Amino acid sequence: MLPRFWRKIKYRYNLIGTKCENCGTYYYPPRNFCTKCRRKSKIVEVKFSGRGEVVSYSVVHEVPENMKEQKPYVIALVKLEEGPMITAQLVCRPEEVRVGMKVKAAFRKCGEEGESGIIYYCTKFVPE
Amino acid sequence: MAGIVSYGTYIPIYRIKAEEIARIWGEDGESISRGLGIKQKSIPDIDEDTATIAVEAAREAIFRAKIDPEQVDAIYVGSESHPYAVKPTATIVGEAIGAGNYYFAADLEFACKAGTAGMQICYAMVKSKMIRYGLAIGADTSQGAPGDALEYSASAGGAAYVIGDKGVIAEIECTLSFTSDTPDFWRREGQPYPKHGGRFTGQPAYFRHITSAAKKIMEITELKPSDFSYAVFHQPNGKFPARVAKMLGFSKEQISPGLVVPYIGNTYSGSSLLGLAATLDVAKEGDLILLVSFGSGAGSDAFVLRVTDRIEDIERKPGVWEKIEKGIFVDYGMYVKLRRKIKMPG
Amino acid sequence: MRKVAVIGVGQSKFGELWDYSFRDIVLSAGIEAIEDAGLEGREIEAMYVGNMSGGRFLAQEHIAALIADYSGLAELHIPCTRVEGADASGGLALRQAYLAVASGLHDIVIAAGAEKVTDVGEKAVEILSSGVDREWEVFNGATLASLFAMMARMHMEKYGTRAEDLAMVSVKNHKNATKNPKAQFRREISIDVVMNSPYVAEPLRMFDCAPVSDGAAVVILASEEVAKNYTDTPIYISSSAQACDYIALSSRRDPTTMDAIVFAAREAYKKAGVEAKDIDVAEVHDSYTIAEIMAYEDLGFVEKGRGAELIREGVTELDGDIPVNPSGGLKACGHAAGATGIRQAVEIVLQLRGDAKERQVDAETGLTLNIGGTGATAVVTVFRRD
Repeated sequence: MLPRFWRKIKYRYNLIGTKCENCGTYYYPPRNFCTKCRRKSKIVEVKFSGRGEVVSYSVVHEVPENMKEQKPYVIALVKLEEGPMITAQLVCRPEEVRVGMKVKAAFRKCGEEGESGIIYYCTKFVPE
Repeated sequence: MAGIVSYGTYIPIYRIKAEEIARIWGEDGESISRGLGIKQKSIPDIDEDTATIAVEAAREAIFRAKIDPEQVDAIYVGSESHPYAVKPTATIVGEAIGAGNYYFAADLEFACKAGTAGMQICYAMVKSKMIRYGLAIGADTSQGAPGDALEYSASAGGAAYVIGDKGVIAEIECTLSFTSDTPDFWRREGQPYPKHGGRFTGQPAYFRHITSAAKKIMEITELKPSDFSYAVFHQPNGKFPARVAKMLGFSKEQISPGLVVPYIGNTYSGSSLLGLAATLDVAKEGDLILLVSFGSGAGSDAFVLRVTDRIEDIERKPGVWEKIEKGIFVDYGMYVKLRRKIKMPG
Repeated sequence: MRKVAVIGVGQSKFGELWDYSFRDIVLSAGIEAIEDAGLEGREIEAMYVGNMSGGRFLAQEHIAALIADYSGLAELHIPCTRVEGADASGGLALRQAYLAVASGLHDIVIAAGAEKVTDVGEKAVEILSSGVDREWEVFNGATLASLFAMMARMHMEKYGTRAEDLAMVSVKNHKNATKNPKAQFRREISIDVVMNSPYVAEPLRMFDCAPVSDGAAVVILASEEVAKNYTDTPIYISSSAQACDYIALSSRRDPTTMDAIVFAAREAYKKAGVEAKDIDVAEVHDSYTIAEIMAYEDLGFVEKGRGAELIREGVTELDGDIPVNPSGGLKACGHAAGATGIRQAVEIVLQLRGDAKERQVDAETGLTLNIGGTGATAVVTVFRRD
């Protein structure tokens, strides 16, 4: 998992995705191939503003073992203002979340390999 | 002249009242709260640590500075609670602000003054033209042992300062340190909680170092307390900074804008820097500010800062006091969970 | 392409089979199918096995060879291949077996599906989530249930589907399972039981979610010519279609539609020369109750957004116009990941043959829908009596 995480650090920490300059479509997670333009793809990296809107959400009660301390937590489909949608945790009280809620990116821990392993950091969202 | 170009702060949302901690340990909450001058303290969320706090503060500072993060040529993160004993926090910050790869970086530790030590290093590097901008951060998620007096104060928060010589909002007119080998507070390698010398942390440690540094810097700059609009002293509790201000001849009014400890506790490496940020939030052109940090072990870094007209040009909202007021109170049970004091099965 | 018939079916019991190993379960389904077909065994020319995650559930790969060995096929040295598409693995294995016979390559082929999940305990749920995007969904905190929950939430917001509608799917499937001796949960439940069960991922509750089960199922396919030697009641596979979609829900055109189902269904109907309204009985992938409601729509049983009406009006009940999941579905018959797609085929074959006993419905044309993860893979198979 270590190299797998490290490889994507840039994209996870900073919401860096890609854009096809041929058709203007934004991608997050980043793609190096535009699904619309295919061989005509002209992919460049872009940094997203980090602002978005909740499209759907769930308050998760049956949580993975390593997230027990966060139970219940909120997961959401967040539509970034540039267009792409992302699945991410929302840091807020379960009773606060609404479809259409404006959110912004926050830098948080999203796991660790036990007490002696590496710590994973990522982007979550908080109410704006 | 080199100095502060911008600053950013971060205070976690959760709070616990001193009375709530006292309730669990069978103490008189009201008298402890009065004695320490601390009503409540901040607590990091379960997914926050010194690195996330440092990143959030750094991002705000870079955003307010309106500079390209790749122009940040040095990052120093001061903390006594770095997430890793070995592996820097500074690299996490560098990646998260998009500093590129060509930058000087290291983590610093000097109890509660590692953040101001970072400012001195960045200042020297800017002055010597080694770097364009430097980022100095003080951030902590400090821990007090359950039931220990420190549990009432050890809290979480941080501040980040961009140091440079263009667009300076507060010039550093002078800085110096007063350092001695004084073991008033320590944490041994591998130990989860720090230990301290009780009342020994006062006179020979906090007061001696702060007053020595403050007097020396005023002597060199030929300034007296009344020349300063504001003063910020390290704030391990609400009482010490008030007393040291009085000892040095500063008024309540001079220190009150930056006295944040009663409401968020001692954020360690973030403590004096959050106090300075709260002061800069209200500062005007021409204001002189005295900043004196204190780190156990022990040392004090003193700074004389002169606020420039550029202070009006940078975004200062949301201010530190706004962030302080935004707390969510939790009980002791939630506090021990958030602070990971519960041993989870492996 | 040749016409392909199902000549034998077999299924283990689904559930927590503590006394039985992976090999035991597969063997019990296999023997039942071989006996059902009246095969001696040596006639089998190839086998395809659907298995989602032997590697993680059992630390055992090379599943096809293992199964061939323990079902006595090793001596025959025939080609045995594992097929994987998360919990659509069984459906994919069926399709590969179908293609092998239809193409003329083989005359008699086994399609098996098997999963043993209970040996890893609590970890099973986490392993099942390897059918969605681990890097950009699971790593970010999504669970499989939470992804379906977000589909459910959107469906509710957009189309007015209610939690009670979802509950009714669970109630129906539990009721059907009482008539299925192989089912995992054989007791009726009420809407209240569903609505008062604890949340797994809001708005989905415990009784909205299929269990994680052990189980195996086997179907034996033969060419039309060869089938006549073995059975008087061959059930024909009229068409088999498969489609894919973006692996992550967030990348999809519309999270309230599973486009893979829409495309696979369209293709399957076209190839079989039928329309959605011709389907008399269906086994669909109700890993979560919302998935059954969406399947009604995406299979074309009803227009988009009106799936809940079918459950409200009893259309998909055992005695309704289009009985769905007469076996009890994944919810009540059990969901043994890679075995599910084959188990669905077993049920439809029994229904079309008239061998479904207590849960028998009147049907000429049946359909199975097996999906992987949140619908990045869908396999639709149409079965007919002639």
